[in-house]
Amino acid sequence: MRIGLFATCLVDLVRPSVGFATVKLLQQAGCEVEVPLAQTCCGQPAYNNGDRHNAASLARQVIDTFYQYDYIVVPSGSCGGMIKVHYPELFKDDPDYHAKATNLASRCFELTSFLVDVLKVDALTVSYEGKLTYHDSCSSLREWGIKQQPRQLLHNLGGCQFMEMANTESCCGFGGTFCMKYPAVSTRMANDKIASIQASGADTLVAADLGCLLNLAGRIKRLGLPIKVFHVAEVLADMAQGPGIGEDEST
Amino acid sequence: MKSQSYAFSTNAQKALLDTQLQRALNKAGSGFIDKRRAALDALPEFEALRDRARAIKEHTLSHLDEYLVHFEQQVVANGGQVHWARTPAEAANLVVDLCRAANAQHVTKGKTMVGEEIGVNEALQQAGITPIETDLGEYIIQLADEPPSHIIAPAIHKTREQITALFKQHHARYGLTKPLETVPEIVNEARQVMRQEFLQADVGITGANLLIAETGSTVLVTNEGNGDLTASLPRVHIVIASIEKVVPTLEDATVILRLLARSATGQEITSYTSFFSGSKRDTDLDGPEAFHVVLVDNGRTEMLGNEYHPMLRCIHCGACLNHCPVYSAIGGHAYGWVYPGPMGSVLTPLMIGLQQAPDLPQASSLCGRCAEVCPMSIPLPELLRQHRFKLHAQHSAPLLTRLTLGAWAWLARRPAIYRWIMNMISRVLHHLSRKHGRLRRLPFASPWTRSRDFPAPQGETFMSAWAKKSRQEGGDK
Repeated sequence: MRIGLFATCLVDLVRPSVGFATVKLLQQAGCEVEVPLAQTCCGQPAYNNGDRHNAASLARQVIDTFYQYDYIVVPSGSCGGMIKVHYPELFKDDPDYHAKATNLASRCFELTSFLVDVLKVDALTVSYEGKLTYHDSCSSLREWGIKQQPRQLLHNLGGCQFMEMANTESCCGFGGTFCMKYPAVSTRMANDKIASIQASGADTLVAADLGCLLNLAGRIKRLGLPIKVFHVAEVLADMAQGPGIGEDEST
Repeated sequence: MKSQSYAFSTNAQKALLDTQLQRALNKAGSGFIDKRRAALDALPEFEALRDRARAIKEHTLSHLDEYLVHFEQQVVANGGQVHWARTPAEAANLVVDLCRAANAQHVTKGKTMVGEEIGVNEALQQAGITPIETDLGEYIIQLADEPPSHIIAPAIHKTREQITALFKQHHARYGLTKPLETVPEIVNEARQVMRQEFLQADVGITGANLLIAETGSTVLVTNEGNGDLTASLPRVHIVIASIEKVVPTLEDATVILRLLARSATGQEITSYTSFFSGSKRDTDLDGPEAFHVVLVDNGRTEMLGNEYHPMLRCIHCGACLNHCPVYSAIGGHAYGWVYPGPMGSVLTPLMIGLQQAPDLPQASSLCGRCAEVCPMSIPLPELLRQHRFKLHAQHSAPLLTRLTLGAWAWLARRPAIYRWIMNMISRVLHHLSRKHGRLRRLPFASPWTRSRDFPAPQGETFMSAWAKKSRQEGGDK
């Protein structure tokens, strides 16, 4: 099975370890993983800011780059959701690319869903010492309907206690460029989410979307709270021993 | 109602700092969400009902002209009259004319958001008639001289202390001396004063949750019963309703009613669900002598069949407001016009003009919870995005935003340059972070760094590190 890994621009720039963790998880499950060079951005910032032209041009690039693979796997529900849900809409007036977009959408998967739903991974022989809570990204939850898959994998970690937080359905306030346009509202939403995380008793926050994680880790660090933050791939690939997102490298 | 929607950003900022408002919003908390959840858990056929309701509305909208004409025929057969208004001003003038023709000195009113849309209170006041709001929430905001901040809970932004103060200030003239401590005391005080208004009213104005073509009825759901007194006691009953409220049959109405109360307040059914079918008949003991329905278009026929068409399915339950994290943070007034929250951010630009409300479609993280809870399956985030497509085409975003996004797209279409630049940025930011893992300040990113650290890149991009690793492994072989 040949997998094209779409690392996403945020992982590429800020947290390459998530990319390596994703590759490790896929290879462990017996996949052949390739990272095509021509990948950049999925076009979501353009799309959500109303720029269909640039969004479509980036979407064509992604489609052309990844069409050759059996599957395209993305360690993000949001960028993955762009490909799966919005690419077909974007090309509704372009029959050629609409067909390609629809075809690629059917072969596009968010990482945890790919592991559980396609590769049928039940449990990983990995442990994490700590109390974990999981934040559902809005796109994973609502564009993909992913809820149980990451929990199934995290529940079976050795040494770890899973603490479900309240209000798992509510947004963390990232929202792509939303957090830059309405920083005060966005921060208020992050505060509410962090209050739920604290109330859960967890010492580690895990999620499958780097956008949410950068927003929450950024706020958590600014508030000086002792909560570690990791991408779910890092925890599942046993690569969460080093500093968490936003954490001092010497610790 | 005069719009303040163009000032959304400023008003949202103010709302976050308004301690009274934040207390009120906090108090409201997740009440509506929890009650709706419980009501739905007890209704296994919710999804099936939702599909049926959507089909009913879509069928009706595709034959809207026929059903509206049929509705009018039935209203006339019941002894009532239907008046058609294309614009808000036309509608408001019709209501004023009807009140004048009835020689109205006293007017009671309640439960009409379309009345807010057409500015009927202002129009009546200009004509020398001050209608008394009879829904308790609406009465409170009338005392405060404020617009509603929620489509089903108009005074949700007020704390009990503020309400007590309002009664103290405005009810002294009715002899109120001691402060009202409890909710029952507040309700009783309002009831005493309102009862008099009900008895002396010449005209009662209400809204309608549904119009039924088959029977010529207008449907009103309330929990206080004051809507019924507003409709039944005066000589004249005027219903203000927008045209998309019509459904073909009584049976169809029941499907929507089952969704409405559950989605709105989590009730199986509201305390009162009233069907008003024409004026008093010879055999009736009471009821109005005259029954008028003012049908308001205000841009809705234009929405038929265009990209905003699904919005016409809206039954104004308020679930999208209750579940919206932005609405919950800032309340309804910041949106600046009649309809707040996600449904308001779609409707307001359509009704007052996109240029008058350019921030509203942007003020959403597109989290999608509104669409998820919408009983009529309206794809609200998609409709907000439609507005954004239009805003982009009009170049109305700030120059810096447009330049940044344009530069990003330009770069992202050139993978080789992109990889090089991203790697440089990663290195520079990592260096600037001095291995502390985060940056407290970033050039051009103050909206982020004012309240958040920026987690620092790890020193090399994934693409660069991956290429190195592949070369090494290639060399090892």
